[in-house]
Amino acid sequence: MKQLPVVFKRELGSYFATPLAYVFMVIFLVLAGVFTFYLGSFYERGQADLTAFFSFHPWLYLFLVPAIAMRLWAEERKSGSIELLMTLPITRAEAVLGKFVAAWVFAGLTLLLTFPMVITVNYLGEPDNGAIVTGYIGSWLLAGGYLAIGSCMSALAKNQVIAFILAVTMCFVFIVSGFPMLLDSLSGWAPQALVDAIASLSFLTRFEAISKGVIDLRDLLYFVTLIAAWLAATAIVIDLKKAD
Amino acid sequence: MIEIRNLTKRFAQHTAVDDLSFRIQQGEVLGFLGPNGAGKSTTMKMLTGFLAPTSGTASILGFDIQKDTLKAQQQIGYLPEGAPCYGDMRVRGFLEFIAEVRGFRGAERKRRVEQAVAQVELEKVLDQSIETLSKGFKRRVGLAQAILHDPRVLILDEPTDGLDPNQKHQVRKLISSIAADKIVIISTHILEEVTAICSRAVVIGSGKLLADGTPLELEARSRYHQAVTLVGEGLDESALSALNGVAGIERNEREHSLTVLAQPGAVIYPQVGELIASRGWAVSELNVERGRLDEVFRTLTRGEVV
Repeated sequence: MKQLPVVFKRELGSYFATPLAYVFMVIFLVLAGVFTFYLGSFYERGQADLTAFFSFHPWLYLFLVPAIAMRLWAEERKSGSIELLMTLPITRAEAVLGKFVAAWVFAGLTLLLTFPMVITVNYLGEPDNGAIVTGYIGSWLLAGGYLAIGSCMSALAKNQVIAFILAVTMCFVFIVSGFPMLLDSLSGWAPQALVDAIASLSFLTRFEAISKGVIDLRDLLYFVTLIAAWLAATAIVIDLKKAD
Repeated sequence: MIEIRNLTKRFAQHTAVDDLSFRIQQGEVLGFLGPNGAGKSTTMKMLTGFLAPTSGTASILGFDIQKDTLKAQQQIGYLPEGAPCYGDMRVRGFLEFIAEVRGFRGAERKRRVEQAVAQVELEKVLDQSIETLSKGFKRRVGLAQAILHDPRVLILDEPTDGLDPNQKHQVRKLISSIAADKIVIISTHILEEVTAICSRAVVIGSGKLLADGTPLELEARSRYHQAVTLVGEGLDESALSALNGVAGIERNEREHSLTVLAQPGAVIYPQVGELIASRGWAVSELNVERGRLDEVFRTLTRGEVV
């Protein structure tokens, strides 16, 4: 893992090489605000917490995180630079992880820029700041899960737009798998174990648990496993597809 | 030494590299020739660890490309076909990234980048982003990245493709100047390049080895080897073709010249010279040919690519 920081540095730098990163950050911050104050009725709820803020993150990330992830590998393959990267003395794992962590840190930086929300809520009342911290951790883990999926989809497609659409679709599947609608339609005929298994795959239930202020080891393990599995899939896909 | 043993690569539809075996010694500049689709790039991609062989293997200075991929890659400087780079990076940033990957830090990193930049003359464009550069400069960035760590093995896939004659000359000069004590493999379509810089030429077609020798040896296979080309007045073709060792005569309408072909192994220049002197022909030009590499290339690879 000696080369991981080198890959990470280049990748993170490349986000800021174009105005795209700043545009993305602004869009995220504006949308997060709109969702919190209008859709989430932040003031009307009259409670000093950030539930209204965090509860929209799974939906906000559904479109924004695949936008960060889509270029990770698709661009390398399109421009042919993947041949350069893969013939440098860098292991597959270093490349996959370095790129993923760069995207994750970028998402984390963007998330941190929502700090005025924390100030606002502390000014207005006396919130449980512990719950806010776990909310941020949960949100970042959630972004990591989306990013790992996006990384794999980006490795699958040479075209960034296709990578984006694939990632949105796959992330959506991982959100709705916890929806009562879907689970109810299954529970009539499918064995309970399967219904539980599908429900346990969902981002939503895990994220909600963490953002309420409870960090359960199982939820943490869920995100770590999910990320690791999708990154392993990324490495395999790259091996299969790099020569195309 | 690079040792290639029974290297084979099959894709779903076809065999790109078919049981290729040869060795390359330290100090050799190997010209890797073949028509498009012959398997040159695929071979290079396997040597650099980008593609895994279907069967067979190769070793770079003793490191197996499959078992010791990273160690093998550390020995190699590689310019992939078309010199792909990170277009949104600036030249300096890109080369610094490569230097770090090669394990150089701090002052050493700076020195390595400066040295590579000076070798390929990139000083003027250091702070430009790579995608804004001309084709020639992009190729030079690719070369700088390949030579930055002073590798013992240099693998260049069509390093002069698409460059203008001046740039081609420059790249060849650079390769010749750094080739000593290294192993250099260059794939190319340009046959003059092989004569100019290579100490050995390997021709492949449909993934198979077709010829292996020095450029001179390959030229000697040409039917034009030792042929004599004449430009002059009143040349008598029948007298020329009656000479000892003459295989035939070709008339080149455009240049108004005659080419007298020699039988394999025969030297016909003295006879032709005597004939000219005894008949008193006014010959304005006379050339003895070493052989034509392009003609050898065509003969070797004819019918290989449809």
